[in-house]
Amino acid sequence: MTDRATGLASEEAMLRVCDVRKSYRSGGGMLEVLRGVDFSLEPGGFAAVIGQSGSGKSTLLHLMGLLDAPDSGEVHLAGTRIDNLPAARRDRLRNTAIGMVFQSYHLLPELNALENVLAPLMVRHGVLEWMRVRGTARERARDLLDRFGLGGRLHHKPRQLSGGEMQRVAIARALVTQPSVLLADEPTGNLDEASGAGILDALCELNRRDGLSIVLVTHDAAIARRAARIVRLAAGRVADA
Amino acid sequence: MYKLLLCWRYLRTRWIALVCVASVMLGVATMIVVNAVMAGFSHEMQTRIHGILSDIVFESHSLSGFQDPKWHMEEIRRAGGGDIEGMTPTVAVPAMLSFQVRGQWLTRQVMFIGIDETTHSMVSDFGSYLQHPDNRRQLSFALRDGGYDTFDSQAEGKAGENGPTRPAMESAGWPHRRMRVAREKLWRDKMGARGDAAGQPVRPIDQQVDAVLAATTADGSTPAEGSTPAKDPAARSDPFRAARPEEGDTMDPAKEQFTGIVPGIGLASFRDSDGVDRFLVLPGDDVKITFPTAGTPPKAVSDTFTIVDFYESKMSEYDSNFVFVPIAALQRMRGMVDPQTGVPSVNSIQIKLKPGADLNVVRDRLRKAFPAEMYAVSTWRDKQGPLLSAVDMEMAVLNILLFLIIAVAGFGILAIFFMIVVEKTRDIGILKSLGAGSTGIAGIFLGYGLFLGLVGAGVGLALGLAITWNINAIRAGVEWCTGQRVFDPSIYYFFKIPTIVNPFTVAWIIVGAVGIAVAASVLPALRAARLHPVEALRHD
Repeated sequence: MTDRATGLASEEAMLRVCDVRKSYRSGGGMLEVLRGVDFSLEPGGFAAVIGQSGSGKSTLLHLMGLLDAPDSGEVHLAGTRIDNLPAARRDRLRNTAIGMVFQSYHLLPELNALENVLAPLMVRHGVLEWMRVRGTARERARDLLDRFGLGGRLHHKPRQLSGGEMQRVAIARALVTQPSVLLADEPTGNLDEASGAGILDALCELNRRDGLSIVLVTHDAAIARRAARIVRLAAGRVADA
Repeated sequence: MYKLLLCWRYLRTRWIALVCVASVMLGVATMIVVNAVMAGFSHEMQTRIHGILSDIVFESHSLSGFQDPKWHMEEIRRAGGGDIEGMTPTVAVPAMLSFQVRGQWLTRQVMFIGIDETTHSMVSDFGSYLQHPDNRRQLSFALRDGGYDTFDSQAEGKAGENGPTRPAMESAGWPHRRMRVAREKLWRDKMGARGDAAGQPVRPIDQQVDAVLAATTADGSTPAEGSTPAKDPAARSDPFRAARPEEGDTMDPAKEQFTGIVPGIGLASFRDSDGVDRFLVLPGDDVKITFPTAGTPPKAVSDTFTIVDFYESKMSEYDSNFVFVPIAALQRMRGMVDPQTGVPSVNSIQIKLKPGADLNVVRDRLRKAFPAEMYAVSTWRDKQGPLLSAVDMEMAVLNILLFLIIAVAGFGILAIFFMIVVEKTRDIGILKSLGAGSTGIAGIFLGYGLFLGLVGAGVGLALGLAITWNINAIRAGVEWCTGQRVFDPSIYYFFKIPTIVNPFTVAWIIVGAVGIAVAASVLPALRAARLHPVEALRHD
């Protein structure tokens, strides 16, 4: 099986979406958001999915991040079909292999910056196991926050941080589990230009230096151009590549 | 791990959760206090009931009783095995007690009980309920020469605190008797000499009584304490002969007494709203008692008796019904002594068991050994079965009602948790996006309910115990603030509210409260677990 857009075989792609369809109930009828999308991302690739509002780009990201299931079609991660796995295994994959960053940061307001970064690891480990790995986990979370210039803000709650800082905490949280792929949904959408540029620089560096596979969803063509490849969605289909 | 952390953070940051904590706390505290007070009252009541009734009562169906109590006691000891510690025979008959108050005769229906002075205190707490300290040590049916308690000896720490609660008892005994006889003599003399005294100055009545008293005791003979002041040695050897002076020469009531009786304090007194006991008659006064003879048909006979003490078990049923008299006197007056053999009859035998003996087992053994057509064998619990089961039923119903308070708190938790789930919808979506499963999300809210239940129950436990242990101080404070009497000792005959904290009951209350808190959080937890992650993330 070969992807039409990239020409990659499924076993060569880090992330692969085949003929995915998704509809939502809207009012009295069904609204078809994705109408057979094919997409794949090579290991270490950086793709931007661009499209108008309502084109289905966020829905596509949610399907790739296993937050939702397609009506039909398949989602593969590193050669394994993942959309039809049992709920517990999908939860596990979300926790270990996929990192997600959202436009609204989505930090837990009760936890400080360090605890937010540690949250995925706390979800992964039980109380006793957490006691065993806590030291290493905290060290890794601190390193990540240091790397994003937040070494002095470890114990600040989200409400005490700026938008850019919150998004950097969200990226650190997505990276703490050392995922195979990072899915970013309009990560600069709520930020001013300077902060947005800083976030984009960080993502580019992660892709370039660490070889992290990234899918970036945006409606801004200028931002999309920072990616190695652009996939345009229009009316629920891939318009061009 | 995240479940514990979030539960803890939600508990610390969501102030509305304190409403849940407060409702659980109040429910738990109320249940602990009410149970402790009810257990205290119940225990006090059982102690009083058991104080007058021995462990097992062996009695005849017939009012005439059964002959030869000595033989019966030997048989009971044999049938009861090694579990019997002591026995005493008694005779109980219904009777009418009459006494004069300010020239008016008052009559009371009573149970007239003949007891053995030496053995009765071995099988019950009877002695400890008497008003004279010497009688509490060893009962005597001889009138004492004063020294009766002027306060309630069973009220802990109250003696003398607020002055005597029974000031009338100060003169009880021989002083009261001599004073009464002197007044009566003066009255008779005055009636006889009416008209002769014309022109003479009238002295105050107390001076006149003192003069008569002086004349009465002019020979220097003071009645010996604890003994009947009989004149001849024969009377001393037979106290009942001495107590029946009508058989011999004319009796001098200022120096001699009739057969002694110990009526319940409720027959002779009432407590006013200030907690002071007012007495209609006192030790030293004479009363008339009418009772049936043994034999068929029974005939009513009357005799005069002298009150030598009062009995106060705090159980109004007993204190206003029972009159105790020496068993030998009652047997003789009722004709219960066989004239040929001299063998007496009795109504019942009170049996005390050794500590640890099973009442019901011994009762059943005795029931097997004696024909049920002639004898009734019952434990003290059997005798008061309806009352005890009514109290148990009352406690059970009250507990159910009070537990509904905690159930209402549970509905509060349910409503508040639903609110918190709505408020935290986006957080739930975030956690799901980080890989948390539905069970994990449900666990946060179940754990939160558990935390609230534990904290509420813990604080409620502390509050409940604090109130229970200081309930009398709190009662005094409330009475001082409101000016209203919260706990009226004239109703209960207790000076303080009795409380008993049963650890088993407290444990059940805590487990129930925590269980309700967790149960109330199940529905919100399920709702949280079922939230769709994408919809949850989009929630505003």
